[in-house]
Amino acid sequence: MRFLNLKRPALGAGKFVLPAAAAMMFGLIALQGPVSAAEEANGAAAAEEVSPSLVNWSFTGFFGHFDTAQLQRGFKVYKEVCSNCHSLKLLAFRNLGDPGGPGFSEAQVKALAATYQIHDGPNDQGEMFDRPGRPSDYFPWSFPNASAARAALGALPPDMSLLAKARAWERGFPVFILDAVTQVEEDEGPNYIHAILNGYTHADDPNWNLYFPGHKIAMGKPLSDGQVEYTDGSPQTVEQYSQDIAAFLFWAAEPKLEQRKEMGFRVIIFLSVFAVLLYFVKRKIWHDVHGATSPDAH
Amino acid sequence: MSGPSTYVPKSAAAKWLESRLPIIGLVHSSFVVFPNPRNLNYFWTFGGILAFMLVAQIITGVPLAMHYTPESTMAFSSVEHIMRDVNYGWLMRYVHANGASMFFIAVYIHIFRGIYYGSYKAPREVLWLLGIVIYLLMMATGFMGYVLPWGQMSGWGATVITSLFSAIPFVGNAVTQWLWGGFAVDNATLNRFFALHYLLPFMIAGVVVLHIWALHVPGSNNPEGIEPQTPKDTLPFHPYFTVKDGFALVCFMVFYAWFVFFIPNYLNHADNYIEFNPLVTPAHIVPEWYYLPFYAILRSIPDKLGGVIAMFMAIVLLAFLPWLDTSKVKSASYRPYFKIAFWIFVLDAVVLGFIGSQPPEGSYVIWGQILTAYYFLHLLVITPLLGLFEKPLPMPASIAEAVLGKAGSAAAISAHAASSPNTKG
Repeated sequence: MRFLNLKRPALGAGKFVLPAAAAMMFGLIALQGPVSAAEEANGAAAAEEVSPSLVNWSFTGFFGHFDTAQLQRGFKVYKEVCSNCHSLKLLAFRNLGDPGGPGFSEAQVKALAATYQIHDGPNDQGEMFDRPGRPSDYFPWSFPNASAARAALGALPPDMSLLAKARAWERGFPVFILDAVTQVEEDEGPNYIHAILNGYTHADDPNWNLYFPGHKIAMGKPLSDGQVEYTDGSPQTVEQYSQDIAAFLFWAAEPKLEQRKEMGFRVIIFLSVFAVLLYFVKRKIWHDVHGATSPDAH
Repeated sequence: MSGPSTYVPKSAAAKWLESRLPIIGLVHSSFVVFPNPRNLNYFWTFGGILAFMLVAQIITGVPLAMHYTPESTMAFSSVEHIMRDVNYGWLMRYVHANGASMFFIAVYIHIFRGIYYGSYKAPREVLWLLGIVIYLLMMATGFMGYVLPWGQMSGWGATVITSLFSAIPFVGNAVTQWLWGGFAVDNATLNRFFALHYLLPFMIAGVVVLHIWALHVPGSNNPEGIEPQTPKDTLPFHPYFTVKDGFALVCFMVFYAWFVFFIPNYLNHADNYIEFNPLVTPAHIVPEWYYLPFYAILRSIPDKLGGVIAMFMAIVLLAFLPWLDTSKVKSASYRPYFKIAFWIFVLDAVVLGFIGSQPPEGSYVIWGQILTAYYFLHLLVITPLLGLFEKPLPMPASIAEAVLGKAGSAAAISAHAASSPNTKG
């Protein structure tokens, strides 16, 4: 076994990391190639799988925050269109006034809640009754139960409270790693919702959707231009409606996003400064022992 | 652990306690004057990071358990109650859920460091075995924790994993139903998983104590893979390694915080925000990322029982590494061919993980099978044979020589011997 007798100095572990990482990249890309080819071959039936395009959201990124006016418009779209079929069972009226949300005032929330009829009871006589809503009530559904919705609509519309976090698509190998830095991954849900609402591209078939897996979607085209009236001068187009409702639904799914990113900003700054200080303390302590790990060994 | 403690209590209270329970002396000898090889690199900081992660998981887990409802019709909405209504509940949950991933990132670095530097070799075999036990407990804990939010991936992941036991001949179905507490993954399953998810971390903590005990008998291995011989080969734990571990921990926390605050659902699956429905199967069921290589191995074997055996063997074989690796040289720095084999093995495991995340179709199947075969080839053939045939590179005489060079090593004797009276136990 003479050929194993290498007369080379030992390579550091670090020198192997780069080639290994590069090999990994090429390996994964090579792996993806034949599969996509195979998919294309048998994919005539599945037609083109189109990935949703990315919207430039206000809530993406390190300083991301919700656009209050957009959330209010989105709520209007929800209230006038979506809520006819979809439930929003994890949200209470009071949430509309929470910090980092659509910014409704306490009076507005109260007035809005009162426009809803809430089924309550039993009362002292043992009877169920309807009463005007209160801020602490949860959004009622227009159907008494799932079977009723199925019977009326032909399919069960998914609850919308978490919809914007429950939808995603495969971004593919090198991109999904970049997403960890750009934070685009977090917006897959709203991007998907926006895409679906703009995906009714076959005028003759209201249930054909470019972005829906398999292209046959039970929900017929829900929005058309001019359907919801905006009072703030925003364009009354499907494109605008779909962005607004997607943003509203993302807030509904992730209502603490603003607090989270604000706190994260402070935490990252604090920890980074702390790490730099610790680095100098470490350097000072190790200065005298001339260890290999001491940066100023000489 | 490191020989008789050099701790001398000063105050009257410390003297009183020390003569009854010498716990301050124990801490002093284990974490203050304990001699560590002076050449440890940053890969040796992950033990401390893992200890931090265990504590972080327990501390965030307790308030989560206070607000969580382990009942199948309420579990999902109780998690959303934590996210929406509990003060800082979103923070607790994201820290905990991403903490599990950070725990596994750290443990995989820790394990691969052990393999690269031959840390499992004599006299550290028991230390390694205890580590494998901790890893298995972690996998069980992580799996059960992922079931608790009761989303689609929770329920279907639990169904897939528990169904593996039905592959056992004769008693398989009985065992699976016993695990479920019924005839499907349901409320009884959720209840027991919650109880066990709360229990196992404390079992981990117990084995961690044994792990540290077994570490402190021979002391840490080091990048040169040669044992310390004289005091100049080591430095006291405090302040040298407390500050170094602390620095590494805070850097790790920056990475951790990025996930918690900016991409909290990056490692999660979107389907888990849909409540578990036993009548609707997700398009494809994937486990948490840290099980993906083993999931790929499971699916690579066309036979169900064979797949389950291969998957468990993939983990169990790691426990036999101290005996599978025939080389007397510990560190890969002095093993030119083992070093190459090691990085191919790492690559193999990473790509297996990617394949585990993809649907089992097209070329993923055949690649999964090739990489699975290589995984076992590495452990069962390459590792034993390399030790027999590989000629190691010349090694330094001591750690001090490796760090300081021959001249510096001699100079350090006088300077260091005075300041550090510790000898290896």
